[in-house]
Amino acid sequence: MDLTFTPEHDAFRMEARAWLEANVPPPGALRSLDTAEGFDDHRVFERQLFDARWSVVSWPKAYGGREVGIMEWLIFEEEYYRAGGPRRVSQNGIFLLAPTMFEYATDAQLERYMAKMASGEEIWCQGWSEPDAGSDLAGIRSKATKTDGGWLLSGQKTWCSRGAFAHRCFGIFRTDPSAERHRGLTYFLIPMDAPGVTVRPIAQLDGETGFAEVFFDEVFVPDEDVLGTIGDGWKVAMATAGSERGISLRSPARYTEAADKLVDLLLATPVDEGHHLDPRSAIADEVMKAYADAQAYKLHTYMTATKVREGHTVGAEASATKIFWSETDVAIHRAALRLLGESAELEVDDGRGGTDLSEWLDGYLFALSGPIYAGTNEIQRNVVAERMLGLPRA
Amino acid sequence: MRFSFTEEQLVLRDTVTAVLADWCTPGDLHELYANDAPDAGRSHPRWNALFNLGITALHIPEVDGGLGLDDRELIAISEAAGRVALPEPLSETAGVVVPILVASGAGHHALEPFLDGGGAATLGGVTFTPSGPRIASVADGHRVRTSGITQATASHHLLAVSSASGPELHLAVTADGDLTRTTSLDRTRRLGTLTWTPTDATRLATGPLAATLLDQAVNRAALYSAAELLGLCDAMITLTAVYVSERKQFGVPVGSFQAVKHHLAGARVKLEFARPAVYAAAWSLATEHPSATHDISLAKSLASDAADEAARVSLQCHGAIGYTFEHDLHLLMKRAWALSAAWGDARSHRARLLNLLQAERSVLPS
Repeated sequence: MDLTFTPEHDAFRMEARAWLEANVPPPGALRSLDTAEGFDDHRVFERQLFDARWSVVSWPKAYGGREVGIMEWLIFEEEYYRAGGPRRVSQNGIFLLAPTMFEYATDAQLERYMAKMASGEEIWCQGWSEPDAGSDLAGIRSKATKTDGGWLLSGQKTWCSRGAFAHRCFGIFRTDPSAERHRGLTYFLIPMDAPGVTVRPIAQLDGETGFAEVFFDEVFVPDEDVLGTIGDGWKVAMATAGSERGISLRSPARYTEAADKLVDLLLATPVDEGHHLDPRSAIADEVMKAYADAQAYKLHTYMTATKVREGHTVGAEASATKIFWSETDVAIHRAALRLLGESAELEVDDGRGGTDLSEWLDGYLFALSGPIYAGTNEIQRNVVAERMLGLPRA
Repeated sequence: MRFSFTEEQLVLRDTVTAVLADWCTPGDLHELYANDAPDAGRSHPRWNALFNLGITALHIPEVDGGLGLDDRELIAISEAAGRVALPEPLSETAGVVVPILVASGAGHHALEPFLDGGGAATLGGVTFTPSGPRIASVADGHRVRTSGITQATASHHLLAVSSASGPELHLAVTADGDLTRTTSLDRTRRLGTLTWTPTDATRLATGPLAATLLDQAVNRAALYSAAELLGLCDAMITLTAVYVSERKQFGVPVGSFQAVKHHLAGARVKLEFARPAVYAAAWSLATEHPSATHDISLAKSLASDAADEAARVSLQCHGAIGYTFEHDLHLLMKRAWALSAAWGDARSHRARLLNLLQAERSVLPS
């Protein structure tokens, strides 16, 4: 048991820190990720990250990575959040699709897509959920029928994050109409500008179009853009789902940074406005509970990373992890809003002559989506109960 | 960075777990509830079986005849002891008293009972507060009355504070004093009050050294309570998972209902995330890392909350059978309640965390 970093790790950290301090744009400099202009602002920053080989540190060098291990990736993430780096517009691609690609893609597919994914040239969205297949993902009805040289995709996908602006979509369609549930599904890589694709942006809680509905009307996808084998889509998708819930989507740095800022906010809150510094006060305890949970998530991640590095895979534990980080995120931001009291609802100067949500309010709205996306926490609790505790299925 | 136990550490833990499985069954604990002789623990074959594994000498350097190991080994053993609600002071002896004796510079004579004398020891006369240990021993003439001693009747020695003239740390022999039993909900905690006489022979440290050692002792007691809570949590959740998988209502196992699943899953998640914090705190303590105090408070707050949750949902998911004296659940649940509050509850440790972070921020440029 050794919880210290090696001198090589420290050197890697310092190199990342120096670059990020010099290059991360100041808060508010990039417009909102969920607007057309902000989407482009964020892609420009992704390109800078990529050019300096910081966008996908753990990937092969051929696609813009540094081929470093999981610990270095965690260190980079710690530094990224420490520097106040913006939300990653490419996250659905680099964190969700990429691990699945490295497991299932052909060499030609990797050549075709990975570098462009890493540089932000092509942004990916996820086409999984349907109006009648949310938590019950195996209820997918969108279908793909065979045609010369490829497939014709028809149906409707929804809640596609960044779907309003994305260039490509990774989605699951039913290729065997006679098969039910988890069988007869296939995983496709789909160009969003193909004829037959119609995107209807959906405004989220903050009024911006962070996600979209996507309609497919006999959209042609060539055979070479099937990921994995025909009919094997569920298995391929579960690799992505594991990444989404496990450590690759939400590095602990996001929470430890936010929790540290929360403690600062508590300590900066005047004592005469509610005696917040009295350690017995309810709000101080709420803050420290959120802080403790963020720290616990970090330590748990180090333990998981050790297991992964020693060849173990993350199974149902990923569901426990997803519950924990999503609820920790809500707890951190809710405590901050409580500290801000009546002023929490106010928008702040965005530096461009307008107003925008405060960092805490924006963070809270974003955090609230966590227990819903990537499989609701209710579904995750079922997984924990059935697969970690062995309880009988309903 | 390698955050996992070594093969050797796991083998040691599994060896202790096997001995505990033989010697500390729910039946043994029920028997102790029914019929606990005042000094049964001091000569109990269960303690001898554990002692013979050398655990009490784990922290003693090899040069002095001990195992020369540290908290990285002991933390997993203590978790295993918690899992069976061990009614002897294994964690107190090996995790608190012996390391303090070693740190105090006490000679071979003081360590002897823990090398081959079958010695069991515990800590008393002090409680945790967020701003530091609070001495709870009371002067009684030339004697000292120390109350709230855990596993008192199972211990030969007591690490205690006398504050007659500034804090002094002593190792008293329980048989030399007057021990009275204090009854509590968890009767297998065997609480007691010892009235003892401080002498040159019992004195371990005075002045600043005594204060430092006292601080360490309380931190150690908090950490090892957290480790036992992990084991208790796991035992309660496992017991309940088995029960709800078998118990049928409406023609199906009640564990197939989502309401029951979600109770247990919630408790399991809390345990999952408390565990690394406890192990990390053991590492910090063993390596004298500057964050050790912070890490111990983190560990105890998470473990106390996890155990409270596990106890609550385990009782609920068992239904009325779990509310009975004859069922095994109360053996675990009552210990969990006691240890959750002992040596600083979750909120007290979060208060200390806030104190530490505030102090850190006031000396560092922001």
